[in-house]
Amino acid sequence: MTLLELQRRMEQDVRRPLTAELTMQPRTTEGESMDEIAAAYIRPNSELTSFERLEIYNRQYWFRVIGAVSEDYPALQALLGDERFDALVLAYLKQRPSTSWTLRDLSAHLPQFLEQHAEFASEQHRLAVDIARLEWAYVEAFDGAEIEPLASDELAKLGPESTLALQPHLRLLAVDYPVDEFVLAVKKPEEKAVTSGAAQLRQANVTTTLPAMAPEQRYLAVHRYDDVVYYRTLEESEFRLLKALQERKTIAEAVEIIAGEEQVATIQQTFALSSELGWFCHPTI
Amino acid sequence: MPANPFNGYTDYGVGIGLRVPHYDHILSRKPVVDWFEIISENYMVDGGRPLRILDQILDQYRVVQHGVSMYFGSAQAPNRDHLRRLKDLVRRTGTPWLSDHLCWGSVDGRYTHDLLPLPYTWEAVRTTAERIRQVQDFLEIPVAVENVSSYAEFHESQMTEWEFLNEVVHAADCGILLDVNNIYVSSRNHEFDPMEYVNSIPADRVAQIHIAGHSQFERYTLDTHDHPVLDPVWSLYARAIERCGPTATLLEWDDNIPTFDEVHAEALKANRFLQPSNVEEAVA
Ligand SMILES: [Fe+2]
Repeated sequence: MTLLELQRRMEQDVRRPLTAELTMQPRTTEGESMDEIAAAYIRPNSELTSFERLEIYNRQYWFRVIGAVSEDYPALQALLGDERFDALVLAYLKQRPSTSWTLRDLSAHLPQFLEQHAEFASEQHRLAVDIARLEWAYVEAFDGAEIEPLASDELAKLGPESTLALQPHLRLLAVDYPVDEFVLAVKKPEEKAVTSGAAQLRQANVTTTLPAMAPEQRYLAVHRYDDVVYYRTLEESEFRLLKALQERKTIAEAVEIIAGEEQVATIQQTFALSSELGWFCHPTI
Repeated sequence: MPANPFNGYTDYGVGIGLRVPHYDHILSRKPVVDWFEIISENYMVDGGRPLRILDQILDQYRVVQHGVSMYFGSAQAPNRDHLRRLKDLVRRTGTPWLSDHLCWGSVDGRYTHDLLPLPYTWEAVRTTAERIRQVQDFLEIPVAVENVSSYAEFHESQMTEWEFLNEVVHAADCGILLDVNNIYVSSRNHEFDPMEYVNSIPADRVAQIHIAGHSQFERYTLDTHDHPVLDPVWSLYARAIERCGPTATLLEWDDNIPTFDEVHAEALKANRFLQPSNVEEAVA
């Protein structure tokens, strides 16, 4: 067996799903014996069989990746309850194993996965998707890039044909529920930390009283200010104007989108807010 | 002896790992700490609090980078984006040397995020040494490789773990981050004499030493980094210092993290062995 063959073999085995009791499956989905598979390349010792030695890695893999995804979605976990949340995370990770060197990116596609798999949240599906989107926006706002905002004299020079870039850490989200209130009610772990080789087990969830959620259209700016992530509620027109600018439409095109009686007030309000929070940047990046 | 090409000719003492729960304590109390080890990946982000805190730490302390995802032993080449970000961080921290593990963890673009053991084969020696050289050349600082804790061995292996370590660091001409806790954990799991391991490493290549706590289960031992250092590990440490001379030492504590003062006090116990006047007393 070459090094590459051994690594392909072991990677496949380490990622095999666990049993409900969180042990290694005795047989693969194709019916092969894991005893035989393990014995083919792993030595037993006087205490453990080849199967049991491989099982340590199989379990460790799942504890680690499930733990990493769970850390990013405490509010979604609180909404769904542990059982439904675990089923969702497991299905997600089976379909999307990590393709990045950093665990930070592991749960990036969970909102999209949940969007396509209503069965994990049944009647709460829309709410669950909105919560997941907001929680991922938090991760991106937390450590996204911050670039030099336009100074006031540069802002003054902008004309109808100018385009702008918005701060890379700013996320604009239209949601069908006031999920910012829900997410804030669930205690958020301060920051995720990658541990150095040590086995990581998942932490018990903190119980909190969750606010009841009734449908309500909301427009949120998820952004960072002085290293803290904030959820700011926007007017629909402000949101649409910012969204158009974020998509690199010219100022004239963006303003067109919100044409109506409130147009002038919206433009003034949005530009005042954005320059105060340093959201407008040079469109070079 | 301690200052050598593999740690950038530095002479660092006892350091501790920089961990999130200690940020406020460190920045407000400014404790005297010889140096901090950071997990590189935690700061290989585009912006925000991690980098702001790091810059504040760098204003006052010496920092050494330790990585968990370079996977020198992976059969396929490392990711370019990873290397570029790592180099940016190296420039930011001015780390005199950098360490990561002698293991693998990814294949065909999929990552396990674990430190998986290598088969101790000549092919693995060549592949791993080549990767280490590539990373070292790209980063332009000395690289030290750390021995990992492991729970499995392969039929393919053609030599012992310490023979493999010797061959790799010789072929790569790199340093060693000797983790004496990992040696102990692996010795329990693979039934070898840990002292033979410590006695076999090329002492002149040791850039740094890790000490840590582990968990002993009925049938195997797990590297958990959630305890004080245990006596058998201190014995291995004493022997390593005897062979290598006083070497930059770091206590790893990653889970159930106690207060900063507790972690620091545990780390400073290493001074019993590092300060030559204390050695006889500590060993006795
Ligand atoms: Fe270590």
